[in-house]
Amino acid sequence: MTAGSLRVLNPQNVWGAETELNRDGFYPSLHTTLKPVTRVNYLPERDADKTPILECIDLGISFGGLKAVDNFNIALGRTEIAGLIGPNGAGKTTIFNLLTKVYQPTHGTILLDGKDIAYMTTEQVNRAGIARTFQNIRLFHNQTVIDNVLIGLHNEMHYTMAESVLRLPRYWKAEKIARERALEYLSLFHLEEHAEELAGSLPYGAQRRLEIARALATNPSLLLLDEPAAGMNPSETAELMENIVRIRDTFQIAILLIEHDMNLVMNICEGIAVLNFGRIIAKGSPDDIRSNPAVVEAYLGRKGAKKL
Amino acid sequence: MKKLNLSKGARTDLLTYAGVILAFIVVSTLKNNGGLNRSQVGLLVPICCYIVMAVSLNLVVGILGDLSLGHAGFMSVGAFSGIITAMALAEAIPSAPLRLALAMVVGAVCAAIFGFLIGIPVLRLSGDYLAIVTLAFGEILKEIITCLLVGVDENGLHVIFNYNGAKNANDLNLAAGGRIIIKGAQGATGTQTIASFTAGFVLILITLIVVQNLIRSRQGRAIMAVRDNRIAAEAVGISITRYKMMAFVTSASLAGAAGALFGLNYSNLAAAKFDFNTSILVLVFVVLGGLGNIWGSIIATVVLYILPEALRGFANYRMLIYAVVLILVMLTTNNPIMKGYLASLREKLGKRSEKEANEA
Ligand SMILES: Nc1ncnc2c1ncn2[C@@H]1O[C@H](COP(=O)(O)OP(=O)(O)O)[C@@H](O)[C@H]1O
Ligand SMILES: [Mg+2]
Repeated sequence: MTAGSLRVLNPQNVWGAETELNRDGFYPSLHTTLKPVTRVNYLPERDADKTPILECIDLGISFGGLKAVDNFNIALGRTEIAGLIGPNGAGKTTIFNLLTKVYQPTHGTILLDGKDIAYMTTEQVNRAGIARTFQNIRLFHNQTVIDNVLIGLHNEMHYTMAESVLRLPRYWKAEKIARERALEYLSLFHLEEHAEELAGSLPYGAQRRLEIARALATNPSLLLLDEPAAGMNPSETAELMENIVRIRDTFQIAILLIEHDMNLVMNICEGIAVLNFGRIIAKGSPDDIRSNPAVVEAYLGRKGAKKL
Repeated sequence: MKKLNLSKGARTDLLTYAGVILAFIVVSTLKNNGGLNRSQVGLLVPICCYIVMAVSLNLVVGILGDLSLGHAGFMSVGAFSGIITAMALAEAIPSAPLRLALAMVVGAVCAAIFGFLIGIPVLRLSGDYLAIVTLAFGEILKEIITCLLVGVDENGLHVIFNYNGAKNANDLNLAAGGRIIIKGAQGATGTQTIASFTAGFVLILITLIVVQNLIRSRQGRAIMAVRDNRIAAEAVGISITRYKMMAFVTSASLAGAAGALFGLNYSNLAAAKFDFNTSILVLVFVVLGGLGNIWGSIIATVVLYILPEALRGFANYRMLIYAVVLILVMLTTNNPIMKGYLASLREKLGKRSEKEANEA
């Protein structure tokens, strides 16, 4: 074992810093010896020279003793479509909950467009630019399809309560524009003819699409999709794939998705992170992941390897 | 002619206004032509007050989805601040309607302030906890008012907070010609009754405008989003506390205005009138009228307020009959078979009117 690895393992060395005397014979100050964390980021070339829209540094959370997510590091380009895969219980949804501050991280940093979101609430994070969908769909079931999208447009409208009670011109104007925009979002997902139906009465696949439409309506710069193809049939999934790419192209936003459908992930994701037991076990392009022995072994198994 | 293209919600709103206006015209005509007896006329103002109470409570219980059991507390704040305002300004503002309007505004503002202060701790809770704490606050407000001694003379208002019961009205030290307005547990005494049915009608209209327009706006949608799925509401950038507070304070202020009108309808009124039972009574109106259903609240209030009075002839049995009617209404409106029947009836009626519209 080398001295270097021993030093890292030494529990007394809390700073993780080198403790040898430096050349001048002094104990070094923290400033000179704390090493920058080296982060390997796989950003698409077109985004490489810009600040990543999302950066997670040593992100982690424990529930009691369980480290549900640990040492999670990723960076996401501003127009990247990235995938988060891994077996059930790996911690994927927990990461979405950390990014949207539903859970407070036990350690680590989340940078959204270079800005720390540590002190933001869920609602502020959304306004700062992260929108999401949920693994178990969370629509406003008793409200109409268009009202669901109008609720998504909430912060895009700016009239006050007095203006709505007195029905002042700003109310009518904002409502008219919002309705038009809501129908546009719905038409992206072929839902415009269902606008006046109750959201809860839609078939499962349509509910998933409506949830994406609602998230998009909040005008995000990063869209998080939690198993968007779950419960969809192959033709719906194929359409969804096209839609996700089209959304990225139209709105020029980043999309991070959790998905079990390998066909979808391998086809549209530019970067993929594989999670197992809360830790990233592989990160890279679809080709890297396909050929990564650790992934094939630990996650996909022999069957999965064949599928890829 | 340009065809009016209204959404279903907007149509319901308009029908509600139309129904209220029509009812007002019919009842005032009856009243002016001697079609109503004395006791019936006496019911008009309280019915208006309770309609406003029910509609405003529906905003919290039905639209926001939080069970509040302290609504009568806000009514009492409005009642006594309204009485003090009207009595203190008796000389300054000779016009009774103007004084009444001012008293209702003061009642609304005071209740809104209390609503805000109580809302800060209460709205952090939910479900049963929120219900119990609102109940407690309602009772606390009642007890506080029971400790008040208020009088007015040429030097202005005199207020004593008689927390240990050691003082009485003489301690107000009113100058000659001064008036006592609130006398502790006895409540307001010798109030000039300036409330009127017309004022009640106007207050109902204002309440409907506030509540219905609020519901069909971005704020109303946000409030309902918080009710339907809190986590999803937060995820689309809606501030939970802000919209809970908006619904709660708006509801409290409307209850305050109703309280002021109610208070100025009786020459004697004790704070004990606004106890837990009153809160529950209003809640019954809201639940039986349908959660979130505004016109339902109005109809339930009218029917259930008149019913015990109409049953006076049955003397001993009237509360029994009242209870049976309550149970029957509850059973039929919650029964799945009845619900299915009502839904199919509605569909048929809807289809017919659609057909008629197409033929027209
Ligand atoms: N609120 C919580 N309290 C305790 N444990 C949790 C909580 N949320 C998630 N977990 C645990 O974290 C792990 C990861 O869960 P999750 O992120 O939902 O996995 P998945 O990758 O399937 O989305 C699971 O073991 C789960 O039981
Ligand atoms: Mg999950």
